[in-house]
Amino acid sequence: MKELTQELFLPVGKNPDNANRITRPTTTYFKDAWRRLKQNKIAISSLILLALILLMAIFAPLFSQYDYSSQDMFAVNQWPSAEHWFGTDSLGRDLFVRCWSGAQVSLFIAFVSTMVNVLIGIVYGGISGYFGGRVDMVMMRLVEIIYSVPDLLWVILLMVVMGPGLHTIIIAISITGWGSMARIVRGQVLQLKQSEYVMAARTLGAGGGRIIRKHLIPNTMGPIIIELTFSIPSAIFTEATLSYLSLGVPVPLASWGTLANEGARVLQLMPYQILFPALLLSLTMLGFNLLGDGLRDALDPKLRR
Amino acid sequence: MVKYTLKRLLMAVVTLWVIITMTFVLMHAIPGNPFADEKRIQPEIMANLNAKYGLDKPLIEQYGIYMSNLVRGDFGVSLKYQNRTVNSLIAQGFPVSMTLGAAACLIGIGIGILFGIIAGINRGRLPDYAVIILSILGVSVPSFVFASIFQYIFGAKLQWAPVAGWGAPVFLILPTLALGLRMIAYIARMMRTSMLDVLSQDYIKTARAKGLTEGQVIRRHTIRNAITPIITVAGVMVAGTLVGSFVIENIFNIPGMGKYLVNAVKDSDYTVILGMTAFYAMILVAVTFVVDILYVIVDPRVKLD
Repeated sequence: MKELTQELFLPVGKNPDNANRITRPTTTYFKDAWRRLKQNKIAISSLILLALILLMAIFAPLFSQYDYSSQDMFAVNQWPSAEHWFGTDSLGRDLFVRCWSGAQVSLFIAFVSTMVNVLIGIVYGGISGYFGGRVDMVMMRLVEIIYSVPDLLWVILLMVVMGPGLHTIIIAISITGWGSMARIVRGQVLQLKQSEYVMAARTLGAGGGRIIRKHLIPNTMGPIIIELTFSIPSAIFTEATLSYLSLGVPVPLASWGTLANEGARVLQLMPYQILFPALLLSLTMLGFNLLGDGLRDALDPKLRR
Repeated sequence: MVKYTLKRLLMAVVTLWVIITMTFVLMHAIPGNPFADEKRIQPEIMANLNAKYGLDKPLIEQYGIYMSNLVRGDFGVSLKYQNRTVNSLIAQGFPVSMTLGAAACLIGIGIGILFGIIAGINRGRLPDYAVIILSILGVSVPSFVFASIFQYIFGAKLQWAPVAGWGAPVFLILPTLALGLRMIAYIARMMRTSMLDVLSQDYIKTARAKGLTEGQVIRRHTIRNAITPIITVAGVMVAGTLVGSFVIENIFNIPGMGKYLVNAVKDSDYTVILGMTAFYAMILVAVTFVVDILYVIVDPRVKLD
């Protein structure tokens, strides 16, 4: 046994190098969320699926020998074959190209209108939450009133006023779908206003810019992204429903809704015509819903380790 | 309680007024004259038509007349069809929509709650996963896709039920399934979350500790507490389905409110659109009001403010 001498028990003393050394690399909120998302197999597979659908929507119509609107009267209502992978419709149009250019239209409408929704929602919710009190009450009551009727009805009414067309659908979905985003942003802002750490930051002399950058954005970004992944499929759904009721995109433009509508008319004899657009539509919605679930777990700051 | 009820009632009336006014303004914001698209009408006839429907009066006066008619229960007349009133359309369409809606709600809410309970009790086991998959599919796949699948498989191939139409109870089967499936998915998912939430509460531990059997704990303590959040969602859902589903009624060719409204939209029959929207809003607001009151009765913890 080693002898314990007095010299072994000297104070270590303060070493400035040691005190400043960082033992663990700093990780940002989003890096951390990404790390957690990567472990979620379902969410990552949905992400890959959505990326594939997006890539196909962009490139498949470019590289196909057919055009989405060109008709071929010698190849009407053909079942899927090596020549026409998804078959042809009653006007001899290639359904493979139509499905993917329909994907372009559906996804374009969904992305653009969701972006506008997010923007309106953030501004409206932000103002409502920031001012609080009477302003907040009036603004939120208005949202409540508008949303006591389903958005689909408002969208239909707006389409009646503006007439059918690609742009009018985008406008109609854009100005009706921002309610839930506004509610979420307002809730976050209200919560943040009362939180102690923001007060602490204020007392330490942090300015408005720093509080917005360091506290407001990281805290609201999570819920906004989650809401985004759920509002994209709902925009796709609204567009598909409108087009299915023939109130949506005009012919010969294709969207998943119009394709499903055209397919439904010949459902009993040629079920493949509705199968492919319906399958793509459902897969996309499924992908966004599963991704949204995964993001909800990944972006929850309470689960951060 | 009386004060709360009155406050809610006032809110409901204001909501209804705002929605009807907004719809009125929208329908009168449509450019041009409603008779303009009909082939070359002589100016005298046009003036007569305008006078007959009161379109020659200033807008604010038209609004006054419309509102006073509405209060007396007159929803207006069709501009496109002689002798067709909105009241007659509602009288024909509402009972049909209500029958279908009630059947779908019965199945949707009943099975939804049952599935939610089963999933909640068997967390992490096979029944739980089955319910999760079903509910994600039900939320992701649009109802018109389900409708087409059912029409093809059960209607055209197996011939278990008629593909479309109305008049006998057998016609109810497929549309009820198509409408109900989405509801089952939503409610099962919510009920499952709610069950898990309640099962982690301390009073469940207490109930188990005092020696109740698992069945008693589930029946008396878990389900009764877990069911309250469902009431809010179910109420709005019931209201939405009772007034008709635009898509399902069109697919199955069911003469309900939804079909009439979509037809009016296709005909640009503005007065019918306005009148039916007003009726729609009335039902929705009334059900929301009833649900708000019920919620307080069912859950005494809800604060009356």
